[in-house]
Amino acid sequence: MSDVAAKEVTWNPQPGRSSSPLVQLTLIRFREFLREPEAVFWTFIFPLLLASGLGLAFRSRPADVAKIGVLTSAPGAQRIRESLAGDSSLQIVSLDDTAAVNALRIGTVALVVVAQDSGRVEYRFDRAREEARTARLMVDEALQRASGRRNAVTTTDALVSERGSRYIDFVLPGLLAMNLMGSGMWGIGFSIVDARRKKLLKRFVATPMRRYHYLASFLLMRLGLMVIEVTVISTFGYFAFGVPMRGSLVAFAVACLLGALVFGSLGLLVASRARTIEAASGLMNLLMLPMWVASGVFFSAGNFPDAVQPVIQALPLTAVVDSVRGIMIQGLGWSALAPEFAIVATWLVLSFGIALKFFRWR
Amino acid sequence: MPVAPLALEVRALRKTFGTVVAVDGLDLDVHTGECFGLLGPNGAGKTTTIEICEGLQEPDAGEVIVLGKRWSSDERVLRERLGVQLQETQFSEKVTVEETIALFRSFFERGPAVKEIIHLVQLDEKRSARVGTLSGGQKQRLSVACALAGDPELLFLDEPTTGLDPQSRRQLWDLVERLRASGRSIVLTTHYMEEAERLCDRVAIVDHGKVIAIDTPRSLIRSLGAEQVVEVELAEGAAVPAGLFNGTSGVLDSRIDGPVWTLQVSAAHTAVPAVLHTLESANLSLTELRTHSPTLEDVFVSLTGRHLREQ
Repeated sequence: MSDVAAKEVTWNPQPGRSSSPLVQLTLIRFREFLREPEAVFWTFIFPLLLASGLGLAFRSRPADVAKIGVLTSAPGAQRIRESLAGDSSLQIVSLDDTAAVNALRIGTVALVVVAQDSGRVEYRFDRAREEARTARLMVDEALQRASGRRNAVTTTDALVSERGSRYIDFVLPGLLAMNLMGSGMWGIGFSIVDARRKKLLKRFVATPMRRYHYLASFLLMRLGLMVIEVTVISTFGYFAFGVPMRGSLVAFAVACLLGALVFGSLGLLVASRARTIEAASGLMNLLMLPMWVASGVFFSAGNFPDAVQPVIQALPLTAVVDSVRGIMIQGLGWSALAPEFAIVATWLVLSFGIALKFFRWR
Repeated sequence: MPVAPLALEVRALRKTFGTVVAVDGLDLDVHTGECFGLLGPNGAGKTTTIEICEGLQEPDAGEVIVLGKRWSSDERVLRERLGVQLQETQFSEKVTVEETIALFRSFFERGPAVKEIIHLVQLDEKRSARVGTLSGGQKQRLSVACALAGDPELLFLDEPTTGLDPQSRRQLWDLVERLRASGRSIVLTTHYMEEAERLCDRVAIVDHGKVIAIDTPRSLIRSLGAEQVVEVELAEGAAVPAGLFNGTSGVLDSRIDGPVWTLQVSAAHTAVPAVLHTLESANLSLTELRTHSPTLEDVFVSLTGRHLREQ
């Protein structure tokens, strides 16, 4: 070795690692995430905006005034108008025949009242519309009362606004679960496909790095971020809208942990072979879209026909939504949650196992 | 630890992709402590060969022994002792130089401190800069730095200077020379003959997946037998008789490529007047005449009839 070289390369390699590879890999995961403002927005800010928007749109409020049409061509129209005029929850509009048909068709009135001969009254409305059915009851009540009907039973109304039964109570746990799915699948899937595309995976494989350390670093990052996401969303729901937390916090933590892991593993699975962002993106949408629609995030999964219920109930998002919602709103205990947890655990084991087996490292 | 006399042995290596034969019965010996170059045009099979040696691709046939060990039985041990730099790796842009090197350092059981590595590749000032802000040359030095994280006995560099500007290229050459002087074995691929001449103790010229010549750069050049190379450019469109310079005194070998004749001559000062005389008698006018000392490029041309940088 020449003198020049001795001067130039003066280092003394030390035995032992500078730090744990798993710690270093996980740190890199967090840095990559936190230094990407868009990712931070979609993970933390977007669900809050969505929850606020939905909370405002579906806030509890006094029943709307029902809009009622009265057919002017009918002989008793004037009498009907007078009978209904006293009810402040009804708004009366006079319509001729064509206008009445149109108004019903496009829903500007909930119901059209047609006075017939000999004091008979006909209600025209669409039974499938809830506000039409309500309007039918209100109009009928007002007309009967004006014609002299007296209540047989004396009733009083005591109005309550029960926490847990409002739309925000329904939708917030759904948004929380949906967020776990989105950030788990996009967050992991994209990073891995990107690393593969940039030949970084191949570069890692050329070192003594343990492959499971690499995959585990993604799940660890997801767990860390999950704690933040879940805390932010649930405390926001609690303080801004009074969304309750009726079940045990331990059960809630377990449900979120399982949720973060199962969607992280599905993200690994989607990313296990894909070479391009486009391919991975298509696969993810294919997986996630049915769950956004069917898993009961925005409306009850029970709205779907019985025939497809077994499939819907077996979806991972349905199980996570149901367990999170059950704990927060119904305060369900462990035994009631067992089926959901079993479904999630099954998906977790299957997807992680398959992802490990088929993962393309080069 | 006993030092294996050979850092790398490759025997009858073969690799095909579909119908394309990338490596076609290739043999190599790399001695411990030498800087060995695989020189060849794009598509000659250099990258496939080096990636098989790095244990990143499986050969179809043949044998690879690295530091006296085989990939099939000693992968973990080998990974600890090798440094690998790949041609196309893009490191995470959001992560800093120091964080990237620290990550790679953590993969190895032994190695220098992160700071020392940064200093060696002269990225001290860019220590806290994100990878995305580095220039091409700095990224390439970062890539070499990551390959050094385990203080490797054998370092593979795949086209380390491709696409770099001349100054960045020279900085990387300095780095490789320092690494070579520190006693490490180095295998590098390149299609720049001046790079191979400057850095490599020995060079294998690779073409169509085979080694067509292997020796020190000096011996390869000397094997031409020429002291000088004369390039004669004729006016476009002139009818040029084949073998124009056969029999011209002092011309050892000649070949034509478009309007340019490349002549290997024993001595320029006696050959050039003879060449001019030949042109005059053939009634051909010349537009340009150049002479240079022979290079590996001339060796490649004389072996294959093609230039290194042709596609």
